[in-house]
Amino acid sequence: MAENREFYWRRLHSLLGVIPVGIFLIQHLVVNHFATRGEQAFNDAAHFMESLPFRIFLELFIIFIPLYFHAIYGVYIAFTAKNNTRRYGTLRNYMFFLQRITGVITLIFVTWHVWETRIQAALGADVNFGMMEAILANPWMVAFYILGVVSTTFHFANGLWSFMVSWGITVSARSQKISTYATLGIFVVLTIIGIRSILAFV
Amino acid sequence: MTTATEEKVIKFQIHRQDDENAAPYFEEFEIPYRANMNVISALMEIRRNPFNKKGDKTTPVSWDMGCLEEVCGACSMVINGKPRQSCTALVDQLEQPIRLEPMKTFPVVRDLQVDRSRMFDSLKKVKAWIPIDGTYDLGPGPRMPEKKRQWAYELSKCMTCGVCLEACPNVNSKSDFIGPAPLSQVRLFNAHPTGAMNKNERLQALMEDGGLSGCGNSQNCVEACPKGIPLTTSIAALNRDTNLQMFRNFFGSDKEV
Repeated sequence: MAENREFYWRRLHSLLGVIPVGIFLIQHLVVNHFATRGEQAFNDAAHFMESLPFRIFLELFIIFIPLYFHAIYGVYIAFTAKNNTRRYGTLRNYMFFLQRITGVITLIFVTWHVWETRIQAALGADVNFGMMEAILANPWMVAFYILGVVSTTFHFANGLWSFMVSWGITVSARSQKISTYATLGIFVVLTIIGIRSILAFV
Repeated sequence: MTTATEEKVIKFQIHRQDDENAAPYFEEFEIPYRANMNVISALMEIRRNPFNKKGDKTTPVSWDMGCLEEVCGACSMVINGKPRQSCTALVDQLEQPIRLEPMKTFPVVRDLQVDRSRMFDSLKKVKAWIPIDGTYDLGPGPRMPEKKRQWAYELSKCMTCGVCLEACPNVNSKSDFIGPAPLSQVRLFNAHPTGAMNKNERLQALMEDGGLSGCGNSQNCVEACPKGIPLTTSIAALNRDTNLQMFRNFFGSDKEV
């Protein structure tokens, strides 16, 4: 890497986590929620997403390239920290720690999830209600999916908090406190949407 | 010794390290109790009578100190797990045994003494001063509003003690992050009406590798700062300023400062 590029990489990392990856996450969780309306509704919605024009380009530029840049650079960031939650047990220091833990869990979960669904689709499998039903027939996979979704929604919501600090949107201590509550709300809402979808296949 | 005749003592566990490369170890001390002692007066007592708990003669403990009134920052060390100044660490308020360690974020010189040079180098790097030298008298600078002066005074309380760097999870041997203290100094000097004339030079320095972007928002610095400096507010405000500077650099701008 060229010299003095770290600032730009870090800003790009922060931006991509929200736009487009975070936006895609919300869209994905919302579309999945069709599963609570039954098999037909889910399959129709999934089919609509599948049949979007320029699908491969949308996937590459909205999902895979920004997602894996964010993920791989994020792992580097996570491993340059020396966590000290025992010395400073404050909320924000725990959030700092959890952001790094959930980042790694989310990377493992998402990679597994992409392998199980998108890669299998590329190899000829049909991504539909039945596929998810089969995956989630295993109770360990239900636990893994719930852990993965909670970790992802936490990482997104808390990441949104630090996005607002990194871009200088929330500067004062009070604004950062308010955004803590706001992003906590986002975490709760997205987690409920995500878990309801998972349980719809069980 | 029976309890009745037992003298009241203060127990210490002190990190010892003979030089920067020597293996560290802990040595225990017990010194006679006196009312109203601070950690420094206890260390002076050990220096006066350098015998450890076992009664063996040992080398006096080495530490740094200066003002003894929490404005110079020199006597900072990790006391019972928290970095702070040893001059204002009152023995009567500390849980015993009192555990003293150096701030290992910095190179250890000996025992509790560390080399804080990196902080002074950082201040040079971010140009934490106001250039006023010239070949002729430039006259008085622009006036500073009194309210702003009062606000800036809080930022100027920084004594470069290093406690915020010791508390920060992102300041360590795996990272070259500059740490919170010098960042906040940029905000101080950029807020000064004369200092603001070189605002973008300081922002530019913060955008170099190891600069502002190394902050991970754990916010330990603001918890740890003995002077109550709003370090995280400074960091967020500088994030805003450097982002604008980044756009100006990229797209080009006729706004010099």
